[in-house]
Amino acid sequence: MAKGNGSNGRRIAGVLLNVEDVSLSFGGVQALEDVTFNVREGEIRAIIGPNGAGKSSMLNCINGFYHPQGGTITYKGTKRKQMRPHEAAAQGIARTFQNIALFKGMSTLDNIMTGRNLKMRRNFLWQALYIGPARREEMEHRAFVEHIIDFLEIQAIRKQPVGKLPYGLQKRVELGRALAAEPDLLLLDEPMAGMNTEEKEDMCRFILDVNDEFGTTIVLIEHDMGVVMDISDRVVVLDYGKLLADGTPNEVRRNKQVIDAYLGAVHD
Amino acid sequence: MNDASQVAGPHGGEKKLDTRLDTFPKLLLENARRHGDKHAAREKEFGIWQSWTWRQLAKDVRELACGLASLGFQRGDKLAIVGDNRPRLYGAMCAVQSLGGIPVPMYQDSVAEELQFVMDHAEARFAIAEDQEQVDKLLEIKERCPKLQTIIYEDARGMRHYDQAFIFSSKDVQIKGRELDTKRPDFFESEVAKGKGSDVSIILYTSGTTGRPKGVMLTHDNVRITAKNGIQRDGLRQDEEVLAYLPMAWVGDHIFSYGQAYVAGFCVSCPESSDTVMHDLREIGPTYFFAPPRVYENLLTTVMIRMEDASALKRALFHYFMGVAKRIGIPMLDGKPISLGKRLLYGLGTLLVYGPLKNTLGLSRIRIAYTAGEAIGPDIFDFYRSLGVNVKQLYGQTESSVFVTMQPNGEIKPDTVGTPALQVEIKIADNGEVLYRGPGVFHSYYKNPEATAEAKTQDGWVHTGDAGFFDEDGHLKIIDRAKDVGKLNDGTMFAPKYIENKLKFFPQIKEAVAYGNDRDYVGAFINIDLEAVGNWAERHHIPYASYQELATRKEVIDLIHECVEKVNADLAADAKLSGSQIRRFLVLHKELDADDGELTRTRKVRRGFVAERYGKLVDALYSDTNTCAVETEVTFEDGRTGKIKAEVELRNVDVVAPVARAS
Repeated sequence: MAKGNGSNGRRIAGVLLNVEDVSLSFGGVQALEDVTFNVREGEIRAIIGPNGAGKSSMLNCINGFYHPQGGTITYKGTKRKQMRPHEAAAQGIARTFQNIALFKGMSTLDNIMTGRNLKMRRNFLWQALYIGPARREEMEHRAFVEHIIDFLEIQAIRKQPVGKLPYGLQKRVELGRALAAEPDLLLLDEPMAGMNTEEKEDMCRFILDVNDEFGTTIVLIEHDMGVVMDISDRVVVLDYGKLLADGTPNEVRRNKQVIDAYLGAVHD
Repeated sequence: MNDASQVAGPHGGEKKLDTRLDTFPKLLLENARRHGDKHAAREKEFGIWQSWTWRQLAKDVRELACGLASLGFQRGDKLAIVGDNRPRLYGAMCAVQSLGGIPVPMYQDSVAEELQFVMDHAEARFAIAEDQEQVDKLLEIKERCPKLQTIIYEDARGMRHYDQAFIFSSKDVQIKGRELDTKRPDFFESEVAKGKGSDVSIILYTSGTTGRPKGVMLTHDNVRITAKNGIQRDGLRQDEEVLAYLPMAWVGDHIFSYGQAYVAGFCVSCPESSDTVMHDLREIGPTYFFAPPRVYENLLTTVMIRMEDASALKRALFHYFMGVAKRIGIPMLDGKPISLGKRLLYGLGTLLVYGPLKNTLGLSRIRIAYTAGEAIGPDIFDFYRSLGVNVKQLYGQTESSVFVTMQPNGEIKPDTVGTPALQVEIKIADNGEVLYRGPGVFHSYYKNPEATAEAKTQDGWVHTGDAGFFDEDGHLKIIDRAKDVGKLNDGTMFAPKYIENKLKFFPQIKEAVAYGNDRDYVGAFINIDLEAVGNWAERHHIPYASYQELATRKEVIDLIHECVEKVNADLAADAKLSGSQIRRFLVLHKELDADDGELTRTRKVRRGFVAERYGKLVDALYSDTNTCAVETEVTFEDGRTGKIKAEVELRNVDVVAPVARAS
């Protein structure tokens, strides 16, 4: 399970996403301050930091939900400043949320199908009629979704409303919906929060498998240090909106500032 | 499709054909030739049932066999199989048999060490695993299994970085097979032709409650003839539907999902995953079904719980019609004459309750369902039969290729296991042990001649280790393990487990221990079920503060008294056992517990230990005192020990005069 950096044949290529001097504030609160780091294609990149460090804000900037006041974000070689979430999605960025954001009354299958929305070429009128090309298209998408269901081993809950599922499974469904968009960059906001050890292990395996089988680049926020150190290639540490450290898990683990931030040393 | 002669024809009793179709690979080729477009196997994948016809299956088996041969598989080699029920794994079994090899299916949930024992003992050079999880287990033990040379896997997921030279995907093996097949097109047929009915076709390891597992070797003839006899007896056809969901390493699955499927030519469906079995059961709607009592019990519990949540009208309908079903359904299923009015009422019940219920459970199309393995509660048994689900019991072992006895249609009793299967002879030894002889009797235990000699006599009789007898109708009744059966002082047979099971069928009774060997009469310790009795007490406004208090209340003992009387009435109906009715009993003040060593970790009562520990109470059972004070040391959950004291009441129970059997 444990995976060294750049291990067994995974290819980590050039920079996919570059974040440069990004600053974000809400009124007087400085959420992010001149944060700079990059994400290479094919890697698993973790963002860690204490509560309120600006981790989720960072993800929100990347997928266009927040618009940073300063700095630039370069994705796939194109610099961008203002972007809406749906544009980000169209460019291959998908994400999951810290608090699960699924359609509770809909089944697992339908929830994951919504992830295919951007891939549907026929308009809603065609879809409503459900004839000819629209029908064929729906079948193709369904087949794709079934592969995801198989991949995440959630066949048994295919037809169940997600609101009734245990938390760990809901998280898995949410990952499934993100995968349905066939993302190049997958943002996971605390994918393992509130899970027991076994569920965490499962989730780790799925994250590694997604990265491995589909070559998806993954940026994840996580509190469980064991998990982060085990599965990520490189780690960014944020504290009070500032970049504290950036490097491999080993480098970060030895970083004095990081140790201080986590063990609660007095800031001078 | 349902032309019975078609099934009986080619694979039936004719000697001439038997020599031609005496192995499973030969049967496969014959099925592919005779009805190549008919479905042979199904597996749900990506939400859709994917099917193989007999022709496709034969092609897959051919390629896999040739591929195995090109990897150096020799006649007599063993291939271990580990994974969930998958058509391709069943195909691998046949591929191995085609080459004169022996498949060794293993339990898929075994930990690595358990697999190691089997792999090592079976000296398997090849293994086929379903997925990465199983491959990892095999890799973990590979160093300790020096014979293991080649690992093949089915599901490629997560296998991309396994670059060891001895690991192959089954697709690659098939490609190798195609190459060999092109070069030597008659290789496969000639290998299949070399097989004989007397060859060992499979080694099945018995889980073994005592000691190390034993490898039971069955021949093609064992499996094939037993399967055929079962088919004849039950009138199974080519169009049966079965769901293969029990472990492939278990003999029952091998007979139902492999042996009988090949002989009768019916289709076997494999569930999507172990979590979806109940759902897939409903989609497939099997016509022929096997489940251990536990499965029937769980299904019934689910129904009852869901009925509790239903609206008052539905609940009332359900309970009314279930009552109707009990009175009419069971005799109807047994083919007894029923008046028109009753038939109409039952028909209405089918429309409103039984039909939808069976559909929900996936049992709508069942023609024959079996259960075996342990005693099934009569209530559970009657529930399904009253709905019109033809659940029957059978008795068998790995050593007998399953069928020793089976209940014939229309002659079903909850507490017997039926009449001898075709061509099977049964005799009862002096100590009550059941012995059998027949075409399914195993070849031998692999590499264990002592155990073989112990279990099987020179002239082919096999010791079951179970005690039993035939009732007036010639039905075998299994009562206990032979070594546990004793005698009362007057010579009456005493089968403790049989009596204990009868007691335990009452929901109020959790555990029971019967005494009587070398005694004048039978006495019993009874443990109440806290939940069931506690519930009952609440409804009857009987206050209690602890288990001990509840267990010593007069009302509770009265309740148990009634249960014991019913058991006695039941025993009285049985000529051989009516002498072993319970004369005295007591309700134990404390729950028997594994922490105190009174139960094994699998929750079986350690009768000897309990007798020793509660010696004073046993003495009281065989005296005429009405109460007995005891003090027992107990281990609490946190490991501390303490003492509990109690005043236990002893009750005498009336003995019911043996009755001539009703009807």
